[in-house]
Amino acid sequence: MLSIVVFLPVAVAVALLVAKAGDAVVRWAWVGASAVELVLVVVLWLGYDGPGYGYEVNRRWIPTVSSGYHLGVDGLSLPLVAVTAVLFLACAIYALRRTGSGTGREAPSGPRQPDNDRIRSFAALFLFLETVCMGVFVSLDLVLFFVFFDLSIVGMYFVIAGWGHRNAARAALQFFLYTFLGSLALLLGFIGLYLAAAPHTFDMVQLTAQNPLQGKGTVATLVLVAIGVGLAIKTPTVPFHTWLPPAHTEAPAEGSAILAGVLLKLGTYGFVRIAMPMLPDAWRDWAGVVVAVGVVSVLYGALVALAQRDFKRMVAYTSVNHMGYVVLAVGAAGLLSTSDPLAHDLAVAGAVTQMVSHGLITGALFLLAGVLYERGGTYDLDAYGGIAAGAPRFAGLTAVAAFASLGLPGFSGFVAEFQILTGSLPGAPVATALAFLGILVTAALFLRAYQRLFLGEPAGGVGDLTVTETLSIAPLMALAVVLGLFPRFLLDLVEPAARVLGTLVRR
Amino acid sequence: MNAGLDMATDLGRLLPEIILACASVVGLLLGSFLPRHRQWVVRVLAVVACVASLVWTVTGGTGMVFADTYAVDTATNTTRIVVCVSVPLVLAMARIGGHARETEFVVLLLLAALGAVVLAGANDLLLLAAAYLLASVPLYALTGFAKDGPGTEASLKFYLLGALLGTTMLFGVMLLAGAGRGSDYPTLHHMLPGAPAAAVAVGAVAVLGGLVFKAGAVPGHFWVPDVTEGTHPAVGATVTTIPKIGAVVAIHRFVTVLPLNWPLLIAVLAAATMTLGNLAAFFQRDVRRLLAYSTISQVGYLLMAVAAARASLALPSLLLYLAAYAVTNLGAFAVVCALPRARTLDDYAGLRGHRPWLAVSLAVCLLGLVGTPPTGVFAGKLTIFTATFDAGLGWLVVVAAVNTVASLFYYLRWLVPALRTRDEFPRPDRAASLTAYLAAPASVLVGLLAGPILALTGPAG
Repeated sequence: MLSIVVFLPVAVAVALLVAKAGDAVVRWAWVGASAVELVLVVVLWLGYDGPGYGYEVNRRWIPTVSSGYHLGVDGLSLPLVAVTAVLFLACAIYALRRTGSGTGREAPSGPRQPDNDRIRSFAALFLFLETVCMGVFVSLDLVLFFVFFDLSIVGMYFVIAGWGHRNAARAALQFFLYTFLGSLALLLGFIGLYLAAAPHTFDMVQLTAQNPLQGKGTVATLVLVAIGVGLAIKTPTVPFHTWLPPAHTEAPAEGSAILAGVLLKLGTYGFVRIAMPMLPDAWRDWAGVVVAVGVVSVLYGALVALAQRDFKRMVAYTSVNHMGYVVLAVGAAGLLSTSDPLAHDLAVAGAVTQMVSHGLITGALFLLAGVLYERGGTYDLDAYGGIAAGAPRFAGLTAVAAFASLGLPGFSGFVAEFQILTGSLPGAPVATALAFLGILVTAALFLRAYQRLFLGEPAGGVGDLTVTETLSIAPLMALAVVLGLFPRFLLDLVEPAARVLGTLVRR
Repeated sequence: MNAGLDMATDLGRLLPEIILACASVVGLLLGSFLPRHRQWVVRVLAVVACVASLVWTVTGGTGMVFADTYAVDTATNTTRIVVCVSVPLVLAMARIGGHARETEFVVLLLLAALGAVVLAGANDLLLLAAAYLLASVPLYALTGFAKDGPGTEASLKFYLLGALLGTTMLFGVMLLAGAGRGSDYPTLHHMLPGAPAAAVAVGAVAVLGGLVFKAGAVPGHFWVPDVTEGTHPAVGATVTTIPKIGAVVAIHRFVTVLPLNWPLLIAVLAAATMTLGNLAAFFQRDVRRLLAYSTISQVGYLLMAVAAARASLALPSLLLYLAAYAVTNLGAFAVVCALPRARTLDDYAGLRGHRPWLAVSLAVCLLGLVGTPPTGVFAGKLTIFTATFDAGLGWLVVVAAVNTVASLFYYLRWLVPALRTRDEFPRPDRAASLTAYLAAPASVLVGLLAGPILALTGPAG
């Protein structure tokens, strides 16, 4: 079942490429495949009875190094799998409006490609990315995890380099090199874990059970540093975030949405799936550093976002800010694991909720930014004004997304941040207090940006959202509201998993 | 067991080598009688010989032959398989059909392949020296095959350096054989610990010098870029793939025999090779030079496994990496062969638009060389890194990881223009393109099948 979920998109992609499918076929096959994928994930969710791993598959792959094809989902990964499916469907619908030759954003030189060739490879790349992202979340083997993790970088590189804006080649190169460095650091950490385990294994479940680096101070620290740096680059946290703004600014709208909505989660997911349960000792020892990094990310992300004049860059920096909360939560969870289990569980549940919520909201914001760029040809805040007058739906949805992002009650972001801050407060009161300031700054910057874009004197007409655009973005916001009002169905899934994680970190 | 039966068993185990040798002799004779338009028969003969050799390798037995002077073991068998797969791939991309000296090309290629296999299996210093010559001399001729300026120059450089290091190697063989009172490895392993240390060290370094030349590793790497750039790309593919396989296995065999503190020396060589290869590749504008330097850096990763020889995973990982490297490197060269006019990186602009599958193959092969999962080189790197860590050479793994990131940069410098759009684009060569379409999926397949491959190349049980 999980294998189907993982490999269905890439199978469709290969079929589209080999069959040289026409333009319309490609679009609808893409939407269709993503929709089927979402249905499958809903079925998975309904059929899952936790805690523990559901739908496990375990086949031998490279027995010499005890690495298997081991898949499974639990309360930590299932919500992220669901977000992945939702976001990819949104992107598929959003891309319906792409004419075959892109949206006129290709490199100005050279002739247009044959139309359906561009859209076909675009769809194929996204379906490939969907497979890869699903694969990361359901992998229960470090080698398999790494395979998918690395392929996500490759896929996103081609999305940015092939369909990005003017300086895309440069940004894509920076993105690839930087995150590839991170993934290699991660690989070194994995090898460290493998060699420490007895018998040697790459299997995550066995490694978690073994806790191989218990009591091996320096080695454990080095492995944690390797894994931590690898994941921190992907997340990204300050000071490893510098690849993010250019990558986002140059990527096409769908690419940014997936990059922020799904790919960043690969990093934070790695913390709760790998770093915390497999290196509990080292994690507890170094949790203070993690908290500090988290808080700095929160504040730095928010302040730098405040200074941006470019809408997309601003949203990109708010991602640093929001991921900062997640890092703060997992760090505080490490501090609290022995003293206050309840707060620990709350913080971890908040972290997962925040990943889900950020995926939905930021995905929507980037798609909206894409609309803005398509209408006006720039992301510059000053170039716009009074859009609300001519484009009520656009204005309305953006308002909802902005308020959701700044953590207004009633949206999923509030639930997540409330849990994170409440959970972290007993463990790291000063840090948590500082992180509150981050919310304040985010509120200020979103309101300011909204004011400049949508209110005031109209500066040139900006058309309203089309039906496909609305259909792709509105469900994301609807889900954010549903999660904000009725978070129980998500929390019922996450909380048991968070408790299990708590017992693991407490060891 | 009587001597006659023993001889028969030994010959039976050597059948793959014998088939290759006979095929080259028969091919040469056949070629001198055939009219030019029927010379393809020789090519078919070569491919049939490779297949036969492959089949016999898979079904034949293993063991030491001819009084321990030649080892038929997992390492030799893997070399045979990889070489016998590489030769048809090179023939497919070479576009040699109809050439006036087609037979000579095929025969020289077969002889070089035979030399590489013997190099890998040699368990005796004298045989090693003979294999060195067999693996080198045909390649000198192949390099200058086109009889043009750059080819001749490359051939001369190749020959001079080869002759210099070959003589050095012979000197080393003399020293070691004298100090160890024998030339076969078992005797040396037994006798050398008691021999004068200085003589052993000098001799070993001299022998290593020759092998390093064949492998194209620092400090014997100077010929690689010049040869690859000056000669036909198919020959470039040959010299950077086939002899390297034999040489790296030979280094491994040689190093594990000697009673010296080798890991550090080899580790330093490995680090220097990968770093130098990568740094030199950074700003190359000619794709062949870029690939040449990339092959140098790849040898660095291969030598890591040699440095980590005492880890149990070292030899299997080395063989896996060799197989993956050969296929991937040949795939990249096949793309170069398919576009003989495209010399610089910018000439590849428009590849994606006009020849999307060729672009995909190129991307797969280049990313494969970086070690992107799930390609074969990734599986090789993963296991080699693990083995090296296990052998206590953590610093070398870090150096290799940093180098991998650095190498990504220049491979991407090649891919970026390929993604750009351009109006017109030269027609690629069909046969070479097909080779690329074959090699690229094969390189991924090696990675996916890493489990079975490692199980086969690993220690029994």
